[in-house]
Amino acid sequence: MSTTVTEDQIEQLVIESLQTFGADPDEISRDATFEALDIDSLDLAELSQIVHESYGVELKGSDVADVKTVDDAIRLIAERV
Amino acid sequence: MSVAQSTSAGPVAGEIGTPRVREGCALVTGASRGIGAAIACALAADGWPVAVNYRADEQAAGEIVQRIAARDGRALAVCADVTEPEQIGRLFETSERELGRVLVLVNNAGVRRDDLSLSLSDADWDQVIDTNLSAAFRATRHALRGMIRERFGRVINIASVVGPRANAGQANYAAAKAGLIAMTKTVAVEVARRGVTVNAIAPGLIETDMTADLDGELLGAVPARRAGSPQDVAACARFLASEQAGYVTGTTLYVDGGLSA
Repeated sequence: MSTTVTEDQIEQLVIESLQTFGADPDEISRDATFEALDIDSLDLAELSQIVHESYGVELKGSDVADVKTVDDAIRLIAERV
Repeated sequence: MSVAQSTSAGPVAGEIGTPRVREGCALVTGASRGIGAAIACALAADGWPVAVNYRADEQAAGEIVQRIAARDGRALAVCADVTEPEQIGRLFETSERELGRVLVLVNNAGVRRDDLSLSLSDADWDQVIDTNLSAAFRATRHALRGMIRERFGRVINIASVVGPRANAGQANYAAAKAGLIAMTKTVAVEVARRGVTVNAIAPGLIETDMTADLDGELLGAVPARRAGSPQDVAACARFLASEQAGYVTGTTLYVDGGLSA
């Protein structure tokens, strides 16, 4: 992971994005599942786009297919940045 | 990629339609003549800055830009062969740099290479599918990225009555246009909750250079007993691009004088 991007920054980006997609802020935690947050495949596609715009990292559909929780997403992004 | 831009800015006073309320632009592929040119002018009349895409006829595209500028609209002629994926990227890059995010995309570029299926060549099959269908998908995919972030977008695919309806000698064209309608429906449901609508317009017999060589047999089948004009199609595109059409998505609007009724 790049020294210029911290996991806390990634977490903040993910949480802000999920709120933009309509997830209940009170329900968002690292253990929360996207299913529980009512986050669907289009939301994850848009999150991938935001990550690309923010960090230049490209996440394909197959990359996020196994992402089930907020923590999964943060870890995946942290591995790629 | 060459670019020509009108110097005027500001909306054109339109007689119909709804003035643009969003910051962004419209991109019309294959807009140097015919239906595409009419749509470019109609969207400009609602205040959209318009990227007038053309492949070869720079002079014709420039004339459309000047026509829009003469009515105080804003337009930009952008050369790109939409069958080349990298040129689609540059088309968007140039349009958005000069005019703002593409919020209205009209996939109009199309070609015909007619022949009976028995003798239709692979090259003619591929060219029609590439231009009329694959290019529209790639442009749509590109446009959706910005539209989804904006929570607003209008994709308008110019299909044809040929596809849903048979026309001997146009297996390639019919397959492409039917595919375009199918693509329209699927993409529409994928992005509907982001405020992005995706619709198709299916023109029937419209008087353009592209239909000049068609025989009168088709005209005889048109209940209206006349060909339509590019402006007939453009008026529908103008509606589908408007705020008022926000609940219209995944559908095909037939502009065919009753041919498909």
